[in-house]
Amino acid sequence: MSAEASTAAAVQAKAARAASMRVVVRSIGMLPVLIILGALIQFGGVYLTGEGRFLSWQNLSIVAQQASINAVLAAGMTFVILTGGIDLSVGSILAASAMVGLIGSIDYGYLGIFGALLIGLAIGLGNGALIAFMRLPPFIVTLGSLTAIRGLARLLGNDTTVFNASLPFSWIGNDSLTIGPVAIPWLIVIAFLVIFASWLILRRTVLGVHIYAVGGNDAAARLSGIKVWAVLLFVYGASGLLSGLGGVMQAARLYAANGLQLGQSYELDAIAAVIVGGTSFVGGIGSIWGTLIGALIIAVLNNGLILLGVSDVWQYIIKGGVIIGAVALDRYRLRGSART
Amino acid sequence: MPLSPEPGPARQAPSAAPLLRMRGISKTFPGVKALNDVQLDIYPGEVHALMGENGAGKSTLMKILSGAYVADPGGEIDIDGKRVQIDGPLGAKAHGIAIIYQELALSPNLTVAENIYLGREARRGGFVDRARMFAGCDDILTRLGASFGPRTLVQDLSIAERQMVEVARAIHARSRILVMDEPTTALSNRETRKLFELILRLKNDGLAIVYISHRMAEVYELSERVSVLRDGGYVGTLARDEIRPESIVRMMVGRDLSSFYKKEHGGGGLGRPVLEVSGLSDGGRVKHGSFTVHAGEVLGLAGLVGAGRTELARLIYGAEPHTAGTVRLDGKEVRFRGPAEAIDAGVVYLTEDRKAQGLFLDMTVGDNVNLGVIARDAKWGTWLDRARARVRSLSAIKALTIRVPGPDIEVGTLSGGNQQKVLFSRLLATEPKVLILDEPTRGVDIGAKSEIYRIIDDLAKSGAAVLVISSELPEIVGIADRVVVMREGETRGEVGGASGIAINEENIMALATGVDMTTVAA
Repeated sequence: MSAEASTAAAVQAKAARAASMRVVVRSIGMLPVLIILGALIQFGGVYLTGEGRFLSWQNLSIVAQQASINAVLAAGMTFVILTGGIDLSVGSILAASAMVGLIGSIDYGYLGIFGALLIGLAIGLGNGALIAFMRLPPFIVTLGSLTAIRGLARLLGNDTTVFNASLPFSWIGNDSLTIGPVAIPWLIVIAFLVIFASWLILRRTVLGVHIYAVGGNDAAARLSGIKVWAVLLFVYGASGLLSGLGGVMQAARLYAANGLQLGQSYELDAIAAVIVGGTSFVGGIGSIWGTLIGALIIAVLNNGLILLGVSDVWQYIIKGGVIIGAVALDRYRLRGSART
Repeated sequence: MPLSPEPGPARQAPSAAPLLRMRGISKTFPGVKALNDVQLDIYPGEVHALMGENGAGKSTLMKILSGAYVADPGGEIDIDGKRVQIDGPLGAKAHGIAIIYQELALSPNLTVAENIYLGREARRGGFVDRARMFAGCDDILTRLGASFGPRTLVQDLSIAERQMVEVARAIHARSRILVMDEPTTALSNRETRKLFELILRLKNDGLAIVYISHRMAEVYELSERVSVLRDGGYVGTLARDEIRPESIVRMMVGRDLSSFYKKEHGGGGLGRPVLEVSGLSDGGRVKHGSFTVHAGEVLGLAGLVGAGRTELARLIYGAEPHTAGTVRLDGKEVRFRGPAEAIDAGVVYLTEDRKAQGLFLDMTVGDNVNLGVIARDAKWGTWLDRARARVRSLSAIKALTIRVPGPDIEVGTLSGGNQQKVLFSRLLATEPKVLILDEPTRGVDIGAKSEIYRIIDDLAKSGAAVLVISSELPEIVGIADRVVVMREGETRGEVGGASGIAINEENIMALATGVDMTTVAA
């Protein structure tokens, strides 16, 4: 009898250990890939050029800055994909917001930031309203916005590049937050704050649980009293707002904005970061930390291939291969542990 | 005309060599031993029922047979006396094993012939030879007694007809062992009869049929032998003349079920009316729904499949808008614009389709239990109260005896009965006044059934108003105080209570079909 009880307890303990192991595996996710990729690039650099420039503070800081805007967009994209949706319009929203921010800054200074965020939020909510209330497919709605908002962005500056040499918020893109001996670029600080806030929302709030629930089973979510429309409005609104923030970051870095060129195909990098980060494309499964690692993998890849002197053409081919390979690896790794 | 390519003797005594012999089959998942040293012998020309509570290991065993899972090393599977290794679904097919799952695996957008030939299309020089496919199917469908042709689109077929397509596919693939997993769950009585005729025909042609079902009457009627699993272990096999419902139940649950249905509530007459529905309609499937549920009462809502019961329930709950009629809650008229408002007012609904519309299978037991109350429990309506959620999940697991190692396990890994209890726990957490339970014991084993009846009885005892929709007449007769019957979108009448009509299956069927059963019987 007691032997039976102790085996039952052992089985339970084993199941609990297996469950916590799964959580660890899931949250670490793609981190090993990131580390291996970094090591390969470093050793490749030493082998090919005789010096390992990748692993220097200066270069890593550049990588992080390059990752920061994509990480901000990908954070919004994580919300959207977790509900089982997609937002193709983030690059266009970024361009439109950057235009509004820069044009606004010429006459109204800091209020330009406010305008940029507001236009991003408004477009995102527009997407969300069409998806939540008209029940249109997210792919179609945001594909439409991708094109229409690109047009709007060009319209805003009469299809020219807008400059503001005395941009009041240029420090966002070019200065650092100095704490003692360490100087962290503001772009990185902002990206980290966005990631942290997203984590708080996803893991610590009612809204976060509702986002996962809508992505996991939207019919059940509705029947169990979740206001699915509100969740959809939030995720597309958040994606739009963060695209607006991305626009501010981009404009601040360049002192300029161009409706045609800015943010072209950024949506693809954002989606790639989310998917490489282990978030399920059908929704309901994923984490913001995975997205952060996904964004870093893509930035490391971009930076590393340039350092190694790989030609532009091959960079595309290698990047695409790594994205597919990383996801394939993820599927392989999770197989069996998922649901059997 | 023989159906199987190798017609065995139509009647073969179990003394002959078994067609399928499984010995020492075990299956370990991380942390769970799903099967432990299970054995099974299946003979040609027999219907062999496989019974056991949900979670007993029936599905796991069948998934090993079909190649979906690989058994732990050490087990033996012999087919026709030859040791085989079943690695993957194709291997199972090659050994003549076919499985017809509860969720049918057909492509609804293709024709019957295309489905039957799926993966083995008849070809002529690299092109699909449709003419030959149609001819081949005609042959099989006629032999099965199908009323549809090979060119019909599967989406135009009823569930019963789709099952027939699955059977035709199995026969076409020259299967000799056919596993049917709860095939009658979604069938009407007439369709069930047709399926039974089909099974008898297959049996007489020498196929071996493994029949998984929770319905004792079916097992009793169909099977040559019954094997019972419990908690992943093999309990025993009963031969035809040993099959008794009581003995099977005892083997399945390991104890006697003295009182199956519970009805201890309602000692002091009718309570006050809580939910009053009158003339409710959606202008479509639901034409006129009227009834009243009182405090402390279990009201049954019966009717044939398609009578509009679920649709009526969804109107009350606000899942769909109604176009006419009124709903009163505690005497006040209410009009819920969505389930969220209904839940806030104390009205909850248990869906008939827990996987598609009820549970979040990738989320944990704890999240599923707490989903309805996290907003109420949250600090400032925003921040999750995780400590409280944990307390709630643990007490739900205890109160409803959900068999799970802990609240952090994903719901998708649980058995049907335990999943249903998780869904119940979510409703109960909101402390509802009115519960609308749509097929509360569908796909649930006998042990969990009796526990769910106890929960319903306790709810009524505590003063809740309970509306139970059920297609199982013995169940509704066993637990309801009164029964309202729907036919073709309208509530047609009532048995029990003030109506003076006795609650029994005949009286309910008379109202449900519009035919007086007593005269039919006579």
